[in-house]
Amino acid sequence: MAKSKPRVKVPKSVKKGEVFQVKTLISHKMESGQRKNKKGKKIPRMIINKFICTYNGTVVFESDWHPAISANPYMAFYIRAEKSGTLVFKWTDDRGQTYEKMASITVN
Amino acid sequence: MGVKRYFGLFVVLAVVAGASLYGFAAKAKDWGKYQSGELRSGYTYASKETRAMQDDDFANPSSIWMDQGEELWLKAQGKAGKSCASCHDDAAQSMKGVATRYPVFDKSLGKLKNVEQQINICRKQRMEAKPFKWESNKMLAMTVYVKGQSRDMPVNVKINGPAAPFFEKGKAQYFQRRGQLNLACKHCHEDNAGNLARANLLSQGHSNGFPLYRLAWQRLGSLHRRFRGCDKNIRARPYGYGSDEYVNLELYLAARGRGLPVETPAVRN
Repeated sequence: MAKSKPRVKVPKSVKKGEVFQVKTLISHKMESGQRKNKKGKKIPRMIINKFICTYNGTVVFESDWHPAISANPYMAFYIRAEKSGTLVFKWTDDRGQTYEKMASITVN
Repeated sequence: MGVKRYFGLFVVLAVVAGASLYGFAAKAKDWGKYQSGELRSGYTYASKETRAMQDDDFANPSSIWMDQGEELWLKAQGKAGKSCASCHDDAAQSMKGVATRYPVFDKSLGKLKNVEQQINICRKQRMEAKPFKWESNKMLAMTVYVKGQSRDMPVNVKINGPAAPFFEKGKAQYFQRRGQLNLACKHCHEDNAGNLARANLLSQGHSNGFPLYRLAWQRLGSLHRRFRGCDKNIRARPYGYGSDEYVNLELYLAARGRGLPVETPAVRN
């Protein structure tokens, strides 16, 4: 899809120290660089190669992505929060373009 | 030599036994709403992981198109300065049940029309906007948004009255052998549903989940894209997107799957 729009699902409020799930989904074509077009020329690689999640500025989840990851990648992971704050999700692709999404969490 | 031959026989027996066991297990399982009598939705043929993707609204990648469809629904486009919502208001109310009825007979066209075609009729006549291209993201987004409002409602198309001759045409096409492999739809989806065609598990071929996210396509796709894929697989020349042949077939398929729930947007492998 032309415009990549990230989607994120986190609980609005969690208990202190509780482990909770974070789900993310971003639309991206994730062109692997292995495919050829009709003329036999290689389609250049164009994937998201980095995904970082920070919480109040600290990196809490980070992953390197490789060409075998499908289009529109879905990523779910578990984290724990000690105090209220903002989760920032950041995807970076081969062009260097970044996609960002924020979500705030209240800890009680 | 002798050992080898016996071994071969053993393999054949094992496969037959395995197949009958599999068949028995499949029959015994209750698929709940995804089954209606003998009819089984493609959902029941999908792998556990694929089913989990469809069950979780967030993990289902079609949600990207659903969101885009909602945006388009509210956005005024074209010379008339209207959006879909200007006439139809809330899609959750006005579009509810649409996917269970379509394709329907259109008097002014003198033939059937499906949801994609109705969207473009609206765009042309009411909004005076450019029509969407068939397999474009915008068309898929709008179709999936409109059809998705009927989720879980049973398919119930009309095949009597003016739609009857088109239903008969679609039915004839379903049983018509085509292509170099000389196969009809029914050879895979009626005679061999549940069996393998090479590595692919054949389903009954119902249309209740379309447009759906197909993992092999890595994106959402329309029913007519699926038809074209099938036609290419049996080495027949596919018809065009939105062709009369495919819309007639769409009606036959919907009638064939009456009672199954609308699953749009489904996920299949």
